[in-house]
Amino acid sequence: MDHPIKRDHNRFRKIVKGRIRDNLKKYVSNGEMPAPKGDGSYKIPMPSIDTPRFKFGDKQQGGVGQGDGQPGDPVEGQEGEQGQPGQGEAGEGEGNKELEVELSLDELAQILGEELSLPNIEPKGNKTMASVSEKYSSIGTVGPDSLKHFKRSYREALKRQVATGTYDDKNPIIIPIKSDMRYRSSSTSIEYENSAVVIYMMDVSGSMGDEQKEIVRTESFWINLWLKSQYKDIEIRYIIHDATAKEVDEDTFFRTRESGGTLISSAFKLCREIIQSDYNPDDWNIYPFHFSDGDNWSTDDTKLCLDILDNDIIPASNVFCYGQVESRYGSGQFYKDLHGRYGEDSEDVTLSKIKNKEAILDSIKDFLGKGK
Amino acid sequence: MNRSKPISGELLRLKEEIHQYAIDFGLDFYPVVFEVCDYDTVNILAAQGGFPSRYPHWRFGMEYDKLSKSYAYGLSKIYEMVINTNPVYAYLLKANNFLDQKLVMAHVYGHADFFKNNLWFKSTNKAMMDVMANNGTKIRKYMDRYGQDRVEEFIDRVLSLENLLDINVLFESAERRNQAPKDYEAMNEALREQEESDRSQALRSFMRSKLNNESDDVSEGEEEKPEEIQVRAPLNERPSHIEPRDIMKYLIEFAPLEEWEADILGCLREEAYYFLPQRMTKIMNEGWASYWHSKIMTEKALKSSEIIEFADKHSGVMAMSRQNINPYKIGIEMMRDIEFRWNTGRFGKEYNECTNMEERENWHRPTNVGREKIFEVRKTHNDITFIDEFFTREFCERMQLFTYKYNPRSGRFEIDNRDFLAIKQKLLSSLTNFGSPVIEVESGNFNNRGELHLMHRHQGVDLDMQFAAETMRNIFYIWKRPVNLTTIQEETEVTLHFDGKTMKPLK
Repeated sequence: MDHPIKRDHNRFRKIVKGRIRDNLKKYVSNGEMPAPKGDGSYKIPMPSIDTPRFKFGDKQQGGVGQGDGQPGDPVEGQEGEQGQPGQGEAGEGEGNKELEVELSLDELAQILGEELSLPNIEPKGNKTMASVSEKYSSIGTVGPDSLKHFKRSYREALKRQVATGTYDDKNPIIIPIKSDMRYRSSSTSIEYENSAVVIYMMDVSGSMGDEQKEIVRTESFWINLWLKSQYKDIEIRYIIHDATAKEVDEDTFFRTRESGGTLISSAFKLCREIIQSDYNPDDWNIYPFHFSDGDNWSTDDTKLCLDILDNDIIPASNVFCYGQVESRYGSGQFYKDLHGRYGEDSEDVTLSKIKNKEAILDSIKDFLGKGK
Repeated sequence: MNRSKPISGELLRLKEEIHQYAIDFGLDFYPVVFEVCDYDTVNILAAQGGFPSRYPHWRFGMEYDKLSKSYAYGLSKIYEMVINTNPVYAYLLKANNFLDQKLVMAHVYGHADFFKNNLWFKSTNKAMMDVMANNGTKIRKYMDRYGQDRVEEFIDRVLSLENLLDINVLFESAERRNQAPKDYEAMNEALREQEESDRSQALRSFMRSKLNNESDDVSEGEEEKPEEIQVRAPLNERPSHIEPRDIMKYLIEFAPLEEWEADILGCLREEAYYFLPQRMTKIMNEGWASYWHSKIMTEKALKSSEIIEFADKHSGVMAMSRQNINPYKIGIEMMRDIEFRWNTGRFGKEYNECTNMEERENWHRPTNVGREKIFEVRKTHNDITFIDEFFTREFCERMQLFTYKYNPRSGRFEIDNRDFLAIKQKLLSSLTNFGSPVIEVESGNFNNRGELHLMHRHQGVDLDMQFAAETMRNIFYIWKRPVNLTTIQEETEVTLHFDGKTMKPLK
């Protein structure tokens, strides 16, 4: 049995998760994204949970230190950085340090899901992605000693000795020989999973400033998180565009800033190409997201966009999402155009306006709230 | 499952060796039991204040989380842990090398001597291991009965009061100590009875039963239902049998608590008082232990091949930072200074009144009572009186100390000055009331409305108001009536009134 402190520890983690849920809005709108660690978990900084006590205000108190220096010299260095032996005996740790909490992707997604009451996604299409997993579910006659199955080996030996008449019930000694040995062996099982791809498109023309990109970045992080928790394997593609579109990696996606005009159709065309060449809509759950400030070069281009959407992208996708980030320069026309075409409660198209950072969470709910 | 093992083999021989040195030096201690354990176990023990069994509470989990992480990232390592019981239990980290274990053992014997002989520890319960385990069992039972969330929430509130203690209580306790075991029996019996008969009979908390014993009151436990909240007559005056700063006890007796709540409050109060002497003697205790590990190591136990490593380890422990004073360093240096002064006659009227600097500097009267003196000091002093009496101008200058304070204009902490009196003042004030603000109960019937009135005895530093408001919220939860706090904020006296929702200054 585990030490009881593990229960205290779980209890603590539960409290922490509750805190994160309560403060999710703050985390999201501050753009403080959990930092992913190598092992698939996320680090979330949060203030230490202090028991409130009557205590002195820090600033007035000051203290006593040791070293060189004239009055007025700053007292630098970290408080209490010295590890000391024997610290344990007082049982009195004054911990003011920040807590760093580690949560797995699933835990984090669960918090997001509960807070926004997101429905689970019902994947479309067949389960075609083969995922191979090995399970030790059968018994074999060969194998390494570390997988030896003692009970089975014993049984085989017993059977053999009884059958050959060498078993003596007065002196029941069983001696297994090589052919009695049984080993756990793995059987490969192939499970078919739903596969999904997210295609992010973003307008990087001059009117999209850093703040707008930050919003897109934050939003895409949480969307990815949710979709990752819903699909076992997920691919993410990034497209940036101004008057022309190109596919880039994640880093470039959030950094690039171009000037120049905006032809949204260029991105949609590229998106169409990607879908057609790599992702068969029958097998894949496809999530195109497009973020812009709503400016497009011309009404002709907007018309072209709608054509591409209608004929190619929307039929292929689970849902097409358009997020319009408010900027000082954008007219917001594109939202109106899409809205005019698809209306408020279209099954296949989700539109969302993101005014500012506070609105990110609501917008995520718009996008993912349909369970598609 | 045993997570720690008694030492054996080479370590056992080492223990016997160090034990003998300690005795030869005149140290006096209860038997010391060393156990080795792995880092995880050390983290668990440290998270629980050194004790293998505590009541269930998330904060131990939080401590454990922190310790495990800082160990995993290599930020800190707990070398040793020792707890004040009889026998003294000390834990060694399995992964430490032999020299570390040697150093730790020598250090532990210093602590063991201090625990036994320092007067402030006289009343601590040497069977605390059992008490802690019993408290854990009791609280677990309450959790089974009243729900974990409810009990844990109550504990959360009580922990807010953990530093509202009165040091005078440490000396009234001979009777308290004798009483304790009986009360536990009564307590356990009550629990057992209830389990067997399953009657809805109120529990007799041990504080309550003690009260009944004292005043020979009619037992009221029989008719009382656990749900019923008992309202006691609010007091206009402070009761004489409760020390004014012993707020936990005041609440046990006068707050409208259910039996189990009063009992838990009693348990936590007892544990808080157990830890109090350690908070009051941090500098002396560590100084004393460091003095002796250094003495035992350098004069007896060290092999010549180990000296460099020992020096490295020792200086790591003694390092001072610019932000805090290191109790190990200040402690050991003061102990050595006292020994030196009493060896060379640098004490008494004649020396103190000598104004000739040169004469003072070269003062030498071979009195040779230094060792005797430090033994006496470790017996009778606590950190405050220790600093007050032995922190001298010469010592202060030698240690290169300074005071620092926050400069609002530059937004950083800056060196304030190197004046001896200012430094001493700062040290003393940071130790006053074991570093906590002095809060006293003024009245339980403030404004004749049954409100609690607390008084902050302001000593130059304002309270952290955000924390104060949260703390008052927790006291309100226990007192169940508005709570008032008189304090000084930015040099004006205010009385803050907390009505359950907000805190407002009272006009």
